[in-house]
Amino acid sequence: MADIQVRQSAGLDVAGVGAILALGVVLAIFGAAWAVDAPFQTQMYTLLAACTLGLGGLVLVCADDPACFSRGRYEDGVVKAGVIAAMFWGVAGLLVGVIIAAQLSFPNIFYFPDLGWTNFGRLRPLHTSAVIFAFGGNVLIATSFYVVQRTCRARLAGGAWPWFVFWGYQLFILLAGTGYLMGITEGREYAEPPWYADLWLTLVWVVYLLVFLATLWKRKEPHIYVANWFYLAFIVTIAMLHIVNNLAVPASFTGSQSYSLFAGVQDALTQWWYGHNAVGFFLTAGFLAIMYYFIPKQAERPVYSYRLSIIHFWALIFLYIWAGPHHLHYTALPQWAQTLGMTFSIMLWMPSWGGMINGLMTLSGAWDKLRTDPVLRMLVVSVAFYGMSTFEGPVMSIRAVNSLSHYTDWTIGHVHSGALGWVGYVSFGALYCLTPWLWKRERLYSNALVEWHFWISTIGIVLYITSMWVAGIMQGLMWRAYNELGFLEYSFVETVEAMHPYYIIRALGGGLYLLGALLMVYNLWRTARGDAPAKERAADIPAAAQSAATLAAE
Amino acid sequence: MAEKTEIDDVSGTQTTGHEWDGVKELDTPLPRWWLYIFYASILAAIVYWVLMPAWPLVNGYTKGVLGWSDRANVASDLSALRSARAADFARLERASYAEIAADADLREFARAAGESVFGDYCRTCHGAGGAGAPGYPVLADDVWIWGGTLADIERTIAYGIRSGHPSAHLSQMPAFGRDALLAPQQIGDVTEYVISISAARTRLAPNMGAARRGATTYQEQCALCHGPTGAGDRAQGAPSLDDDLWLYGGSRAEIRRQIELGRGGVMPAWESRFDPATRRALAVYVYEMGGGEPDPPPAPAEAPAATPMAAPQ
Repeated sequence: MADIQVRQSAGLDVAGVGAILALGVVLAIFGAAWAVDAPFQTQMYTLLAACTLGLGGLVLVCADDPACFSRGRYEDGVVKAGVIAAMFWGVAGLLVGVIIAAQLSFPNIFYFPDLGWTNFGRLRPLHTSAVIFAFGGNVLIATSFYVVQRTCRARLAGGAWPWFVFWGYQLFILLAGTGYLMGITEGREYAEPPWYADLWLTLVWVVYLLVFLATLWKRKEPHIYVANWFYLAFIVTIAMLHIVNNLAVPASFTGSQSYSLFAGVQDALTQWWYGHNAVGFFLTAGFLAIMYYFIPKQAERPVYSYRLSIIHFWALIFLYIWAGPHHLHYTALPQWAQTLGMTFSIMLWMPSWGGMINGLMTLSGAWDKLRTDPVLRMLVVSVAFYGMSTFEGPVMSIRAVNSLSHYTDWTIGHVHSGALGWVGYVSFGALYCLTPWLWKRERLYSNALVEWHFWISTIGIVLYITSMWVAGIMQGLMWRAYNELGFLEYSFVETVEAMHPYYIIRALGGGLYLLGALLMVYNLWRTARGDAPAKERAADIPAAAQSAATLAAE
Repeated sequence: MAEKTEIDDVSGTQTTGHEWDGVKELDTPLPRWWLYIFYASILAAIVYWVLMPAWPLVNGYTKGVLGWSDRANVASDLSALRSARAADFARLERASYAEIAADADLREFARAAGESVFGDYCRTCHGAGGAGAPGYPVLADDVWIWGGTLADIERTIAYGIRSGHPSAHLSQMPAFGRDALLAPQQIGDVTEYVISISAARTRLAPNMGAARRGATTYQEQCALCHGPTGAGDRAQGAPSLDDDLWLYGGSRAEIRRQIELGRGGVMPAWESRFDPATRRALAVYVYEMGGGEPDPPPAPAEAPAATPMAAPQ
């Protein structure tokens, strides 16, 4: 019966994706023909190539079997693709990070005036977008597609549409990244992609939301697992933030430039409402979802507290959305808005720690596994970093503290303790879990390599965040130092000179972190290639058998 | 899945009875310390809202019982700072050069004010302590292109060099190579000659044959500004060539390159940016970097410096 349903709807998904790609081809041709600036033309050629390849691929895959995207118990192909993409973008993004850290340390050496695209101003958004949206985004898409299927005992909805989400997202990254290198930017931090890339992402993201919702809809479990609440909050809120912050009027419909719909301090507030919630809902809610599935799985223990998960979920969702103004303390933003930004950030402390408690306490009864299982250790240390940076954040949001920390490298250190420690480690942990499950291996190729990864990158993180703490606090103190006659004690250049040794330590820390990630990629590649013994994931076997029994009964 | 609660062996806590893909949940109550800190943080926020500007209203916002206002605080801080410095700045602006030289306290104030301004506006080009950089003159030595008295320095700061200001210092060295005013051979010869009359001759060992040929060209083309002996001419802003200090680098290739290109940098006019007292403080700071020249006491000496320089074009 289920098979008949598959046949009836077969082809609709493929036709829909094909129609979008065909429309993309047409628009790209017109865009390239009437382009008012050369970078836009290049972007349109990129779009044209991507849509043409997509159409060709679709025809090749579906020519014989239009229902090929709807067969089997679980759609794991798109998850595998996400794992591979995450590894690729992760290494690329970290590499660019190390390069710009070297540029800051030795601006005379790593400066190439003839190669404009190597300029710090272009590479910096490439780094942030590559690690947050390309690496983090692919980890989120891959894990959400995996987790929602397992915890709903349902195949991903939409047939070809999840693949559209995956490849559409890669196209967005490609357009954004190559655009930055050509100098295209909207100049909004973490929202730099141009207007047409924003529109494309909106389409992809809405499809992502629909796929996720439809999968939840057809679940065979009575309740929705907590990880899926967090994934859903992440997808819905990012859609809202992305659309509002990117409201803009293109200067030309065949050009890369556009103007924000907002002006002045309203624009700044919209941007940081977006910016802080990108942290809150992309880098926190989404990765908490990963934590809620992978830590109990890997520890083989029940989640510590169901009640805590409810309370901290809703508190987090409600409070995070207010915290953005703390990015604009002591600016033209009215003081009452700063007050709200600060106080909601302080109230956010315990809701954040609720997630940490639930992650750490799930280990009770399994603490001994930390000695032997480096993957679990990585996941647990990520939660510890989460706790640390969600304490540091509220502290830095206090206006008096912020008057010292704002604009300094302390902020950079804070972001990276969250990014490298929390987001990076929980992602690595999930990738280490997923790879043997997806490629049906008994275990990873080498646990020793995971140990090396863990320790090398931990030293890297410690070097990074301690150097940035020292550098940032020193920088803030130097900026505010007055001599007894009422003049500034230090010029800006002197503060830059004082940062030099710390910048070198930071670059070294980033280099170690990159080295660790390379070890992971090697390890996962060897695992997937078949250098670890084959074995179906234990949890999949009874579930599949049970499902077969259910079908037979129907 | 059946909703079957059970007791977890390790914690002794009941589960919720839900299970997803093998993951169960304990029904542990909220940790008390967590809950109380959460309440405390909410309470702290409410207290802060009462004290400080916090909630928007239809017209305006809740002002808070402390009456705190960032804008008012910044304005009063700035005016306090201004009035604290006002007396010294006024004294500095009125003082004659001789009075400044005689008043150690005033000089110390001027140094502090000048250092602060220099660090943010001048140091980018002229370097820490006026150490200079290729194309940007050293300020800490006693070699001056446009004069090193306090009056000279103050004037240069006010109007700049090739800045577009009507009173700016102007000079233009021809690009002998780029504009083909001299043949490459001649430029090579002049380079050797310039090395031979400079203090760099021991370091660079000029080709004396070429230098002799170059001497004629030098006297025809260069001596008018740089002087027959290479002593330079401050009235025209022509740097001295008889020392071993070079604005665009002192290697043989760099000296030749400057003859080919005749580069001259731009220094902004700071007249519209800084008030007279700040410019004077800056001048004192630069003057005291090491190479300031004594101001000649009689007034007539200042007169020629104030007339606009004719550019040899």
